Amino acid sequence: MDLAKHWRLRHARYRLEGQRNRLTGEVRFPPAPPRPGEAEDVWEPYVLSGRGRVYSFSVVRQPPEGFEDQPPYLVALVRLDEGPMVTAQLTDCDLEQAAIDMPVEMVTRRLRDLGPTGLIVYGYKFRPIVQSGNH
Amino acid sequence: MRHVYIIGTGATAVGEHWDRSAESLAIEALNSALGTIPVSRLGALYVASALSGTLHAQSQIGALIATAAGIPGVEAVTIEAGGASGGVALRQACMAVASGAVDLAAVVGVEKVTDVLDARREAALALATDADWEAIHGVTLTALWALLMRRYMHEYGYTADDFAPFPINAHANAVANPRAMYRFAITADKVRSAPMVSEPLGLLDCSTAADGAAAVIIASEGLARELCANPVRIAGSAVATDTLALHSRSNPLWLTAAAQTTAAALRSAHLTHSDVQVFDVTDPHGIAAALALESSGFAERGTAVALAREGAITPKGRLPLATGGGCKARGDTVGANGVYQIVELVAQLRGQAGAAQVEGARVALAQCMGGIGATVATHILTLD
Amino acid sequence: MMKPERPVGIVGYGAYIPRFRIAAREIARIWDGAGGTPVDSKSVPGPDEDTITMSIEAARNALARARIAPDRLSAVWVGSESPPYSVKPSGTLVAEALGATPWVSAADWEFACKAGSEALTAAMGMVGSGMAQYVLAIGADTAQGRPGDALEYTAAAGAAALLVGPAAEAVAVIEGTTSYVTDTPDFFRRADTAYPVHGHRFTGEPAYFNTLRSAAERLLRDLGAKPSDFTYAVFHQPNTRFPQTVARQLGFTPQQIATGLLSPKIGNAYSAAALLGLCAILDVAKPGDTIFVATYGSGAGSDAYALRVTEALPERRGRAPLTAAYLARETFVDYAVYAKRRGKLVME
Repeated sequence: MDLAKHWRLRHARYRLEGQRNRLTGEVRFPPAPPRPGEAEDVWEPYVLSGRGRVYSFSVVRQPPEGFEDQPPYLVALVRLDEGPMVTAQLTDCDLEQAAIDMPVEMVTRRLRDLGPTGLIVYGYKFRPIVQSGNH
Repeated sequence: MRHVYIIGTGATAVGEHWDRSAESLAIEALNSALGTIPVSRLGALYVASALSGTLHAQSQIGALIATAAGIPGVEAVTIEAGGASGGVALRQACMAVASGAVDLAAVVGVEKVTDVLDARREAALALATDADWEAIHGVTLTALWALLMRRYMHEYGYTADDFAPFPINAHANAVANPRAMYRFAITADKVRSAPMVSEPLGLLDCSTAADGAAAVIIASEGLARELCANPVRIAGSAVATDTLALHSRSNPLWLTAAAQTTAAALRSAHLTHSDVQVFDVTDPHGIAAALALESSGFAERGTAVALAREGAITPKGRLPLATGGGCKARGDTVGANGVYQIVELVAQLRGQAGAAQVEGARVALAQCMGGIGATVATHILTLD
Repeated sequence: MMKPERPVGIVGYGAYIPRFRIAAREIARIWDGAGGTPVDSKSVPGPDEDTITMSIEAARNALARARIAPDRLSAVWVGSESPPYSVKPSGTLVAEALGATPWVSAADWEFACKAGSEALTAAMGMVGSGMAQYVLAIGADTAQGRPGDALEYTAAAGAAALLVGPAAEAVAVIEGTTSYVTDTPDFFRRADTAYPVHGHRFTGEPAYFNTLRSAAERLLRDLGAKPSDFTYAVFHQPNTRFPQTVARQLGFTPQQIATGLLSPKIGNAYSAAALLGLCAILDVAKPGDTIFVATYGSGAGSDAYALRVTEALPERRGRAPLTAAYLARETFVDYAVYAKRRGKLVME
């Protein structure tokens, strides 16, 4: 049963928590250990805004094990406003609606169900923006 | 460093070998490559396999194949680098022989994918992506190539139809390859009307994972002269890596490790890009071949698809590709692909490639990649 | 009437409704609903949604409106009858997703359709006592109805989050609450069964109507108020007719309940139902407006609240999507897709 491998990524998965470099201000996602030669604390936790644009997208119709109940589903590379690119599913989005450069926002959804004796894995997906009341 | 030669090649047919085990396929390929050379003369055995550990729940494939070959005791090791496994294994053999540590080595690439059902195979293939940040989202390698294809179309103004020359060329060449899985020609209409696998990739621009094994025998110069009438020299050999996850790259349409290894392999062979006459690259889809050609410096950015449309990738063109059918029509043996490439390119340099023969080929380039170029191995083969 | 010594109110609120709908006439097409339908349509969760994911989005909207840093929350409470795990709190996962962990209380509440308002009343106590500055009370459900059962027309999905804090910071001050509870078995689901059972007409007068009226009348009496004193009213809405009827019985007008009556379009969002109606009212209410809220949970109980809107509301409501934005993104699915998504196909 996979527990710890999902548990230790919960901050990144649930709320898109990456890292910011205390010296340069660079933001990165996913979080990573300091590289050789870097100070232990040079990268601090940093929650990204979740806003970005679709760099490219595709549809999975021949799914890997564990995703058999999901096809067809949209996957995308999303360029986040802070700079990093992430791979994720697009949700609440019709297949014909997806487009390069489409603005998207992060939502936390079910990524995988590991079955009745396993975890439900939650994490980030992206969807077309639902406008705030201001608009 | 000593010069290194290929003195024997062998391979099984690629396909669905329901009644064969991985050992059985590997031994057929190894025996075929050895010919009259006694197996006991092998100083080392490098076994390339991307999926064995996952699909067969078997580690130490090196020891398994050595045992099956009747040479337990030999130095044997399994090499796993996804789709680059075959090329990386070849590089290990080259270094062992070039250094003088070993005089005669075998590289065996073997993949047995039909023992499991489709979804499990897709999951195993997807392990070549980043498990925590790509595969967990249900992304497959095919989907990642499709993302790149769509972006490439967007940046350079192509349509999906423009990629059809790649699978059409692969299928046309496979007709002459008795070991190929799909020995029939296809048309642009067929490619266009095929069902979607991962938009914009249709079924006929997607390789089929299949069973197969290929082997090459690597020798020092002295042994090569003794044991072989027509050795082929490995004049350049390089391996490099890129970020495991595609999204970590500053330009996803640029395969840095392909660029690095091609430059390094050509440099050590004292050759230039224009010297290469025949190619085999990891080409499960047209976009993969296009990005490999561009990143390796054989086509300007955004032009490989146009070159393919103009016929450059056929055996009579400037950049002959997939002369044995490539991943698409030979069949995609994943970790063994890099060894199949060598078997086919050696046939090209020996003038034994039949209808797909590139006239007068004396310099060949083999390039295989794991995942989306996270590991790339590039080799230059020459006739002395 | 219950009222904390320290005045409290709602400092942020957030709604969430999935984009999918099924028309009641589509359900009737399969199950011969010749007797008419209790709603026009109901919301259906997407294949990657559940009580936890919907709670997270509603809660993010509440925090965005309040502009409260998540680590200032003292409690994250999720009220639901459809938690994804039987044992393993939803609240912990929601709290992690918000960034409220680890110094926070988190738990799940269960009381059929008023689990969310149970959390709200408890939040009033926690903030009102001075023990906490901010507590998040969420009602969320992906309700299930047995195929062909009357419940199937209405059992819907949605979430509402109310961030309770000091009255001085509130968009709406809570002026008092009552809670009326009896052991009335009008609707229940036994452990380890997929679908609830209900008592047909027994769910009406002895259960919903009597219980809700009791809580509401007591609050009005204790406040010395009458229905006409309120700008808006919202009642638990298991269908279209029940809230209309109870409003009439209590003396509220159709105009007072119109803004908060969402069930005709989204069905019964269970723990979120009345609270989503409150969100829709807060989306349009003006400073000084008054709101009467009464929830209902089978089993049975009702919580009634009286709220007064403050000057802070107009600026804050624009900071997150309005309930109307979620209501507007309607994607209708047919019964086959609905059955697949809701696990109603026998797979093995």
